[in-house]
Amino acid sequence: MKQPSGKICTVISLMFIFILVYVAQNKLDAYLIRILNLGAMYVTLGVSLNLIYGFTGQFSLGHAGFMAIGAYVTALLVLPPYYKEVIFMLEPLAWPLNVIHTPFVVALIAGGVLSALAAFIIGVPVLRLKGDYLGIATLGFAEIIRIVLNNIPHITNGALGIKGIPEYTNLWWTMGIAIFTIYIVKGLISSSYGRALMAIRENEIAAEVMGVNLTYHKVMSFTISAFFAGVGGGLFACLLTTIDPKAFRFVMTYNILIVVVLGGLGSITGTVIAAFLYNFLLESLRPIEAGFNLGPMHFPPIPGLRMVTFSVLLLILILYKQKGLLGGFEFSWKWFFQSIKKVFKPKKTTEGSTL
Amino acid sequence: MSLTMLLQNIVNGFSLGSLYALIAIGYTMVYGILRLINFAHGEVFMLAPYFLFYSSMIFVLPWWLSAIIAIVLTALTGMLSERIAYKPLRDAPRISALISAIGVSFFLQNLAIVLFSGIPKSVHRPAFFSKLFQFGEIRIQSTLFASIGISIIVLSLLIYIVYKTKTGLAMRAISKDIETSRLMGVDVNKAISITFVIGSALAAVGGILWSLRFPQIFPTMGTIPGLKAFIAAVVGGIGSIPGAMLGGMLLGMSEILFVTFFPAISGYRDSFVFIILILILFLKPDGILGTKTQEKV
Repeated sequence: MKQPSGKICTVISLMFIFILVYVAQNKLDAYLIRILNLGAMYVTLGVSLNLIYGFTGQFSLGHAGFMAIGAYVTALLVLPPYYKEVIFMLEPLAWPLNVIHTPFVVALIAGGVLSALAAFIIGVPVLRLKGDYLGIATLGFAEIIRIVLNNIPHITNGALGIKGIPEYTNLWWTMGIAIFTIYIVKGLISSSYGRALMAIRENEIAAEVMGVNLTYHKVMSFTISAFFAGVGGGLFACLLTTIDPKAFRFVMTYNILIVVVLGGLGSITGTVIAAFLYNFLLESLRPIEAGFNLGPMHFPPIPGLRMVTFSVLLLILILYKQKGLLGGFEFSWKWFFQSIKKVFKPKKTTEGSTL
Repeated sequence: MSLTMLLQNIVNGFSLGSLYALIAIGYTMVYGILRLINFAHGEVFMLAPYFLFYSSMIFVLPWWLSAIIAIVLTALTGMLSERIAYKPLRDAPRISALISAIGVSFFLQNLAIVLFSGIPKSVHRPAFFSKLFQFGEIRIQSTLFASIGISIIVLSLLIYIVYKTKTGLAMRAISKDIETSRLMGVDVNKAISITFVIGSALAAVGGILWSLRFPQIFPTMGTIPGLKAFIAAVVGGIGSIPGAMLGGMLLGMSEILFVTFFPAISGYRDSFVFIILILILFLKPDGILGTKTQEKV
């Protein structure tokens, strides 16, 4: 059998996903939909972190900050003006923001663009740093963003946060944006840009000697990564319907980093699998800390036990799968058909021999 | 601003700085040897006051004995975390060890929530630490002096161990080149364990002094001091012990003085630390006392 072309397979599988999302959105219960939403959101966030860290090799711990920018911009743009007057109790919202009201798409893009802009401004000086120093500096910037958000109540409502954001996020949005992110990042890394980025990852000096413009490529990768982090933040805001600066502590970055590393650094497939696995795992462990009755005995809930279990599982996973679940493996249609052939070939030969 | 207040704040800054320095040592020593950012160090720091609290409250031991027990238990926790979570990953990609450190951090923090509950606990301060000294118009709590004094003693002891003993020599050798040290007959595993014991014990001393200064303990109390101490280590030049001390002092002092001079924007207090960090990284990427590393192809 001739191998069908990759494009056709992609289109067919996209249609299949389309049907799945349609069914899921209409048939599944709200709780499962929420977990799927979170999973897809983590795909967007994880793939974007993978672009800067996994493919470009620049250790960035600033994702929570970029998410925060995207989340706040989106929230402020989609909230109806009359409602903004109600929730901004400390100080009224500053002028242009208190009257603007845009559709969700515009708000998401605005969030992404603004956080990309922030990344560009930060990135030009900061990307000269290398390795762990870069990670620490980006972490520092993310924390500064969070502290600033905490201290400008006329724009962000300060520590009170923004509540009652319309719940626009559904599976169409999260899955659609996740697929779009994968499409863009995949396209980028298979282009000549991508080869330049990977050259930088492998050896910066060698890449520079080969004529790769380091600053340009690093900043580009960082900015695109932050754009999707911002969009992911917007999805986050409209999924949880309430945000405050505390939500964007560096633990948020840790979560995304865990997804990326568990999936396997530099593997989009790995990130996708790890993103869903991570959220399902976290949710399925919830019963552990809930109290329960065993006959006449009553076991009270134990807060914290879920995360203890989770961290033990995380440790076991990373100790036994040191390069992540998939290592650097990437899904491709070629691999898919070859492995199908491998499964079916032995059968054919045995049939042939009996005849 | 009166001179007395300024003096009072300088003492305050010194005492906060000495606490940061104590915690920063653990980060810098571990990084120097394993090139690992030990994100769990802040949680190790948090455990010490809890151990102290329980041994003095439940087992009604005298304070000094409880403090020693707390330091020993914390040091053991630090050593065990290395044995279980970092040692198997020594040859793995560095990011895996980092994820492992995050895992240990999650584990210790949530274990503390399970064991000690998330509700903050008030720490009993022995009478010795709540005395108030009066110099003219300046009033200074004995905790401040105690934290400065104890830090100086402990840090001198550390310098002695690292620069004058054979174990210290082994540590310094490993931080230069782990493979060569092994070939030269240095017991690498033992030296790394000792590093973790020393780092965690210093964090424990810092944690206990911290809980005397801010007498409320809760499972997430280690996160922010841990992060700041880590930044102190980077500012001073990560891998360098005098650098960590200097960085800690610098950060503690500038944090207090920032709030003193600009009370109107004290909400930005925590971000000031990061601004210092970023400035230092731009001006001197290896930190104040760090050694410059030459990059080769």
